[in-house]
Amino acid sequence: MTPQLTTLDRVQASLGRRRRKERLLRASGLLAILFAFAMLGALFLSLISTGHSAFVQTHATLEVYVDPDEIREDRLPRGGFDEVLVAALGRALDGVALDERSTRRRVGAILSNGAQFQLRDRVAADPSLIGQTITLTVPVSDPYDQLNKGAIDPDTPEANRRLDDDQIAMFTQLQAAGLISTPLNWGLLVNADSRFPELAGLKGALIGSAWALIVCFLISFPLGIGAAIYLEELAPRNRFSTLIEVNINNLAAVPSVVYGLLALSVFIGWFGLPRSAPLVGGMTLALMTMPTIIIATRAALKAVPASIREAALGLGASRQQVVFGHVLPLAMPGILTGTIIGLAQALGETAPLLLIGMNAFITSAPDGPLSSATALPTQIFIWADSPERGFASRTSAAILVLLGFLITMNAVAVFLRNKLERKW
Amino acid sequence: MTLLPFVLLLVGAMLAYAVNHRAAASLRSGGARLHSSPQYHGLFAALTVLTSALLLALVWLALDDVIIDHLIRRSLPPPDGDAASAGAMDLVMAEIHSLARGQTFGTPEPWKQKAADRLTAFRTGSAVALLVSLTCLSIGVLTLRRRRFTPELRARQGSERLTHAVMFACCAVALLTTAGIVAALLFETAKFLQKVPLSEFLFGLNWEPQIPIREDQVAASGAFGWTPVLVGTLVVTVVALVVAVPTGLFAAIYLNEFAHRRFKRVAKPVLEVLAGVPTVVYGFFAILVISPAMRRLGDALGLDVAPNSALAAGLVMGVMLIPFITSFADDALSAVPQALRDGALALGSTRAETMLKVLFPAALPGIVGGVLLAVSRAIGETMIVVMAAGLIARLTLNPLDSVTTVTVQIVTLLIGDTAFDNPKTLAAFALGTMLFLVTLMINILAIRVVQKYRETYD
Repeated sequence: MTPQLTTLDRVQASLGRRRRKERLLRASGLLAILFAFAMLGALFLSLISTGHSAFVQTHATLEVYVDPDEIREDRLPRGGFDEVLVAALGRALDGVALDERSTRRRVGAILSNGAQFQLRDRVAADPSLIGQTITLTVPVSDPYDQLNKGAIDPDTPEANRRLDDDQIAMFTQLQAAGLISTPLNWGLLVNADSRFPELAGLKGALIGSAWALIVCFLISFPLGIGAAIYLEELAPRNRFSTLIEVNINNLAAVPSVVYGLLALSVFIGWFGLPRSAPLVGGMTLALMTMPTIIIATRAALKAVPASIREAALGLGASRQQVVFGHVLPLAMPGILTGTIIGLAQALGETAPLLLIGMNAFITSAPDGPLSSATALPTQIFIWADSPERGFASRTSAAILVLLGFLITMNAVAVFLRNKLERKW
Repeated sequence: MTLLPFVLLLVGAMLAYAVNHRAAASLRSGGARLHSSPQYHGLFAALTVLTSALLLALVWLALDDVIIDHLIRRSLPPPDGDAASAGAMDLVMAEIHSLARGQTFGTPEPWKQKAADRLTAFRTGSAVALLVSLTCLSIGVLTLRRRRFTPELRARQGSERLTHAVMFACCAVALLTTAGIVAALLFETAKFLQKVPLSEFLFGLNWEPQIPIREDQVAASGAFGWTPVLVGTLVVTVVALVVAVPTGLFAAIYLNEFAHRRFKRVAKPVLEVLAGVPTVVYGFFAILVISPAMRRLGDALGLDVAPNSALAAGLVMGVMLIPFITSFADDALSAVPQALRDGALALGSTRAETMLKVLFPAALPGIVGGVLLAVSRAIGETMIVVMAAGLIARLTLNPLDSVTTVTVQIVTLLIGDTAFDNPKTLAAFALGTMLFLVTLMINILAIRVVQKYRETYD
């Protein structure tokens, strides 16, 4: 006769298996979260490890004799500025004969292509410098910059690196003479784009992005709030308002590249607005941001308790007086939070800007919303496509700048939400 | 210069406010009874000036370039014989435009220079005419408002009607955006279908959107069959979902059921950071870290991984979608009534059983909706694949190979200078139409699923 199994026995027998299952589920969940964290960590680590070196820039400090034979006052701003710099380098380097053209070119290539223009601007601003010796600090060119930052290893075989032994020896000599310094790279923020990585900066992209965001804000903020107030407070509940509502929800999910197609065909093709202009970029971003702002504003308006509306209506206020005098001011913190988050999204948006041509190569900062410009994300895209080694670290640095802006904007939004928003 | 009309209309509105406010205030201080308080009289006048002038300025600015362009084209001498094609005309117009900007290359022919001068003159004329007509309109409306002003005027109702109309117009912009998208896509797609038959586009197995530069060129009549592009998009999307869906769901289950409250308070914002990273950054991450890592892994395993494999692009896209799915699933799980959870636990089920057998099925519609929205995002995602996936359309299901996607093709076809009349650029719009339709259907389906299958407990 077999002993009768009670329910308790059966439960107890299965308990181990059931607990194992629970631990498995728990572990998978934790693993999933850790995977996401690890990816985020890898993202930031790789950006910082490649990008940090672009925040400093190798400079050479030279005693430059502004030779009156090469640079004549009556011919300014023309003159042999590159020859003067080569001569200055030659004085700093022992044992390098500058007689041959090829040697002169090799020595000159230590300095950035922009060095001669820096000297030219200084002499052109003050022609009395001609004939004097001045101290000039100029950026070195990209290969030497990489060498100084350790990205080119002198121990690798000569054929596999961009600088041969002689070139490294020249640079070491300059280093030994204390002429090489690596100050903070303000050029990253105050220079416009350039073909040469050591000169390329984000100024044009920052100004372009700023114009686009201003245009985007000026259009999407009033339109978004107006539409949200209409839908939430004033619209009659009928088919038409349902249609608009469905339409706005759909617009929020339309792929961004489709907005680019819209802008290309309507703004540029039909209205004849200029290509690559931040105005067009801002208008496109505004159309994309509007649904976000409408949805956030509606949520903020909904959160204002009905008692406030009823009290105001009871005192004889009209519907609009209720909205503009009471509901809207109370909902404002929520609206602003949503707007800032929407603008942060717009700042990071790339694809539609590519389609309207905001990825042009432009070496000067835009002087208005109608002149050609790039934006921060499109600049990142351009640099990411450039083969020069120096652009890889500059891309990471530009991304860090972009992320810095996004984090600041989101932090402001969170601050606003926590400080100003009222719970009812 | 473009800003000046807007400054003018602001000044006009302020003036209108001041004039009518003053008039109303002085009447009231004279002892008259007004229907509306003075600020409403001012507001009403300002709003009428503002709306009418804004309407004029916007219509004017939208149309003046088109009209001027048309006038210049009509005034040009008709090009001789074969050169009369639209392309040649566009070229001449582009030249005239750059001449008007002061960019001369060589010596332009006199008639072109003349056309450019005329263009500049038209533009200046248009700008001046706009300013003059704005001023006239503002003054006209202002005097009208001032003349119509009486103590009985229902100025508050008037201004509220106007505000109502303005806010309605704001809503209309949202509708117009959709209409604009549909119109632009359909218009260009129709032009594309005149050059390439629909059956070839939908069922063709080759996608080689080169166009011959010369008539007699070998090799290139171009092929516009979107099948390989579609397959590539699906491969990348499937890889992304294989990464994102399990990870996102397990993360949501853990956060919802098992996580300590303190852990949750840290983990949710961190996941949101992942959602806030711009896609161009993910694209760079893919080419900087993931693609090389995939290749090394492939080498170690003896597999041949393409440098821009679908796997790398899909993996990074999956990472981008994780927070999206997690937050949808977390919301859906939290929306299940507490009673169900309590009931299941009271019957002796473990927390895992409660989750998998009670909460998860109850939240399934919301979760499916979220996953569908993630699918539509993955299909429409652009920058990651532009940077990390390939450009050549290859008909393959192998994720280790390089594939291209719809969005990649749209961007590569349209980057750089584009004319609107060749099948290459029009093909981008045809792809855009398909993309719009597919994502729209998935979005509608997602909303339907959520609404229809949501169990109501209360």
